[in-house]
Amino acid sequence: MIAITKEKYDHYLDSLKFALYCISHPLDGFWDLTHEKRGTYAAANTILFLTLLIRVMKLKYTSFIFYRVYWEDLNVFLYIASVLFPLCLWVVGNWGLTTLFDGKGRLGQVYIATCYALTPYPLIQFPLMIFSNFVTVDEAEFYSMVSAISLFWAAVLIVTAMGQIHEFSAGKNILFTVASLFAMLVMIFILMIFFSMISQGVSYFISLGKEFLFRL
Amino acid sequence: MQTMKKIVRGAAAVLAGFLVITATPLTAYAGEYGYTYNYDYWGDVQESPDFYSVCKVFTGTDLGLETNLKSPDGIFAYGDLIYLCDSGNNRILELKRDSSEKLEVLRIIDSFEGECDVKTFSNPTDVAVSEEGDFYIADQGNARVLKLDKDLQFVRAFTKPDDNTLDPSLVFQPKKLAIDTAGRVYCIATGINKGLIKYEADGTFSGFVGATKVKFDWTDYIWKKFASQAQRAKMESFVPTEYENIFMDYEGFIYATMALNEEKASDTDCAVRKLNLMGNDILVSNGEWGVMGDLYWGSGGGYEGPSIFTDVTVMENDIYVCLDRNRGRCFGFDDQGNMVFGFGGNGNMNGYFRRPTAIDRIGHDLYVVDALDNSITVLVPTEFGQLVYNAVEQFDQGKYTESGEAWQEVMNQNGNYDLAYIGIGRSLLRQKRYKEAMEYFELKYDEDNYSKAYKQYRKEWVEDHIVIIVIVILALFLIPSGIGKYKKIKHEIDTADIFRN
Repeated sequence: MIAITKEKYDHYLDSLKFALYCISHPLDGFWDLTHEKRGTYAAANTILFLTLLIRVMKLKYTSFIFYRVYWEDLNVFLYIASVLFPLCLWVVGNWGLTTLFDGKGRLGQVYIATCYALTPYPLIQFPLMIFSNFVTVDEAEFYSMVSAISLFWAAVLIVTAMGQIHEFSAGKNILFTVASLFAMLVMIFILMIFFSMISQGVSYFISLGKEFLFRL
Repeated sequence: MQTMKKIVRGAAAVLAGFLVITATPLTAYAGEYGYTYNYDYWGDVQESPDFYSVCKVFTGTDLGLETNLKSPDGIFAYGDLIYLCDSGNNRILELKRDSSEKLEVLRIIDSFEGECDVKTFSNPTDVAVSEEGDFYIADQGNARVLKLDKDLQFVRAFTKPDDNTLDPSLVFQPKKLAIDTAGRVYCIATGINKGLIKYEADGTFSGFVGATKVKFDWTDYIWKKFASQAQRAKMESFVPTEYENIFMDYEGFIYATMALNEEKASDTDCAVRKLNLMGNDILVSNGEWGVMGDLYWGSGGGYEGPSIFTDVTVMENDIYVCLDRNRGRCFGFDDQGNMVFGFGGNGNMNGYFRRPTAIDRIGHDLYVVDALDNSITVLVPTEFGQLVYNAVEQFDQGKYTESGEAWQEVMNQNGNYDLAYIGIGRSLLRQKRYKEAMEYFELKYDEDNYSKAYKQYRKEWVEDHIVIIVIVILALFLIPSGIGKYKKIKHEIDTADIFRN
């Protein structure tokens, strides 16, 4: 029993370490991630969790020179959702589209690959967060540049990862990246319609009930 | 039974909670804003203790005049003398300030002597007096700026500038003026937007200075490209705005105010310009917001749009006070462009204005002219205001410790006053107490001062810990290389031939 958990644990660590290989060798790494089954849900979840954690920690621990938080207006859950919600939309939208056009990746694989592609964010932002407390305004350029690099890197990784897991050519990959972004917009639109319909429906029954009670 | 009670008690508690939650905002918003307020870093309105309080309101009767004031338009203070343009009555009053509560009429100037056809005024809108006692009067109705000597003898008239870019049919209507120590006259005239009209001391027109910048965004430009001739004519043209008013400060810089364009203004724009002799704007605006008065322009009580500074006056401590004719408020700004105070409003009570037209000051006392109330309101700093002025002035004089103490007292009286925190921080910075200074700057997000303090603090820290730093750095280099060496030697020993067998 213990042996199995130990094995699982080693596998988990291996898959987590593999994220480092993925971000430095994206083409090779993301191919192996799904085709060689080097990635795990556990590792993907860990990376996502770390990303969210660092993002929330940044609010408090980044120097005020770079990051000023209007605490009165901050809702941590909404703040976390501001990452999770687009992520979900991306994963579902991308999978939904690519699966119709010969994409080889499955929903779970899209999720794992996207999470792995986020690795540069915690990896760079955490040291940067600590570093930010030791600089003055004059040295601020460095911070903003490195911060931008981490985001750009993650974005490039996401696009590459999608190409590899779906076995798309470069042109087709970029086309579907753009298409996925549109799919996200469409989904937001549908969700908004859905919620407004629901609220209309609910308010109809409420007013009906009120009318009924009034006549009673 | 027991559970029933619990439920009832619980429900009552919840109900009470609801009442508290719903009732508190009502009381909080009932009074809207107080008389005096300021904006914090985030642009939120922060209530403030009163900075100025009304000392007295003078009307014609209070001054002992036979005819009451009629739409007074300009005021000029020099020494303890105040010159008031009683525009509606075509006269200028010379008042002497005995104390804050007492003004005395010395002279009523309604005509002058000398070689001039029209020896009376017609709607004089502004007046300035030079050190020698010469009067400069914007005689709007007679299309001239008059220069009279101190005995009211006509010296010279400055007339419509001889400039072929001006529309010949335009009637010269001088509105406001300022004079410098060399006797040059700077003048604003209705319908002339090329800047300030500058006359040399001998009366010759020598050009326009300091035209306001034309502000347009690229969408306007594109629209114009596609618009037809007729549409283009209807569109707003890209022309500089006219100045509202000017004021010559004690150093010879001209403060000029203008109305901001409601649609195109960003929240860092300034409605005040500080012009040097070349006509360049040298106003410092290091505050979080531009020098523009109110940040929120929504309709409130029937007034909307940006603050329109109809007049400005500058104190010796470089704090300048602008008078907003839109909402009847006074705004003070320091030399860095931070808002020091804002107070007032439209209304009939003392301290509120109906149509404020001009402001000037003697010492720290403010004199605000209201053209509809036909009155002069005298405002004197409260204890709180005086503390702020003391703190600012002591800092300027290099008394950093005292300034810090004064700011501390200001902070005790108003904990929502950003300038107090930064003031304490700057004082600590000068006292080389960097760590404490950093805390104050961080509280109010003053990154520049924080960086200054932090740089020094970091330098001190490095100097104090240089030994440890060197040791750590050496250790970082030596230990890995030492281990490498050790391993290499060990390996050589292990694999050496003589030890084989």
